Amino acid sequence: MCLAIPTQIKSISKNHNAVVELGGVQREISLIMTPEAKVGDYVLIHTGYAINLMSDEEAQASLDAFAEIALIQGESIAAF
Amino acid sequence: MKYIDEFRNPQLATRLVAQIRREATRPVRLMEFCGGHTHAIFRFGLRQLLAGKVVLSSGPGCPVCVTAAADLDHAIALAGVPGVLLTTFGDMLRVPGSRGTLQDARAQGADVRLVYSPLDALKIARQHPQREVVFLGVGFETTAPGIAATLVQAQQESLTNFSVLSLHKLTPPAMRAILDAGEVALDGIIGPGHVSVITGSQAWQFLPRDYAIPCAVAGFEPLDLLSAISALVQASVTQTPTVTNSYGRSVRPAGNLVAQQLLERVFDVVPATWRGFGEIPASGLQLRAAFAAHDAALRFPLALTPVAEPPGCRCGEILRGVIQPPACGLFGRGCTPRHPIGPCMVSAEGACAAYFKYGIGVELKT
Ligand code: SF4
Repeated sequence: MCLAIPTQIKSISKNHNAVVELGGVQREISLIMTPEAKVGDYVLIHTGYAINLMSDEEAQASLDAFAEIALIQGESIAAF
Repeated sequence: MKYIDEFRNPQLATRLVAQIRREATRPVRLMEFCGGHTHAIFRFGLRQLLAGKVVLSSGPGCPVCVTAAADLDHAIALAGVPGVLLTTFGDMLRVPGSRGTLQDARAQGADVRLVYSPLDALKIARQHPQREVVFLGVGFETTAPGIAATLVQAQQESLTNFSVLSLHKLTPPAMRAILDAGEVALDGIIGPGHVSVITGSQAWQFLPRDYAIPCAVAGFEPLDLLSAISALVQASVTQTPTVTNSYGRSVRPAGNLVAQQLLERVFDVVPATWRGFGEIPASGLQLRAAFAAHDAALRFPLALTPVAEPPGCRCGEILRGVIQPPACGLFGRGCTPRHPIGPCMVSAEGACAAYFKYGIGVELKT
């Protein structure tokens, strides 16, 4: 039930509504909880509402940290 | 897909598993609060990868599962009120109350419709002004703000034929109830990712503060879960309980403030009855007096009788983390996803459904 999927905003209309593509289907969702969201941003969508704005910096920071763990273990991460 | 595929990198996952196995100098017992985590852990085979080092048990994080049978009876009875059109998320349809399911009610003529969003229910209310459209409000902090926003909109539009039966629940009080009961020994908690999007990772500070237990908020991909487990193993072994946010791309420390304000505006925090727990103080959401006109519990008062759980079903103990599904005598025998006896086998997030789907314990029963 708490499933939420990161999805890119395609366009924004009036009343805080936006169009996204979910599973190949265009859907209108509400941005009322993420008023700062812009076209092109990624949001997590849950039951028709965007519930946050995804943070690209944080995503990159996590991936960097994982890469560092791999390095510290003395393994090449060339494979990835 | 962006923000998903990168977090499934198998090479990095292997490294994280190696790190966890090295650091777990004794077996570490963790509970994943969220049913979505239970499924992800099975799906990616994390239990087996960490076997002998990390013991994972499922918690109460399945909104459908913790809905009390008496509340389900209430919803089913509402569906039978003349003029009522009941709208619900799909996963509630097959959950058994004491006298059947919503699906049974529909087969007997009740107008029960599945919606993806509460906004769809609002649309139905606009299209059918002569009907009483009731939305069955089930879900945790992730879901409740959307229901709140829908109620605000209904009020602004004066949609008097739209109401909500709020069975919404709050997760931190349930976590407290498990720890206060002292039935399970835990070294750490994997915090629910999408609940924490709303509440913020800060909402779990009481775990280290009051119980000296670390908490790591996790996403739903293998690297998310492994980094959370790694943080918990380190915190447990070094005895430095803290809250770690291992889902930084989605979760902010303070959460989503707009969503929190919506909850505050629309709901009062009240005691609620959870399946398997009984009443937990300050764990439920009831519509505030200003929204009484949209409160289905007030608009359609029905006499509710306390009801027994399905005989033999041990869902309650499973939700408290006391036993794992294969310990239930009905698991895989009388109770399967096709013929579920209890809610833990119905919901996609239920622990029994997860164990069954991934075949764990099934072979023991045949
Ligand atoms: S296997 Fe079925 S009967 Fe047993 S606890 Fe799970 S849901 Fe209940």
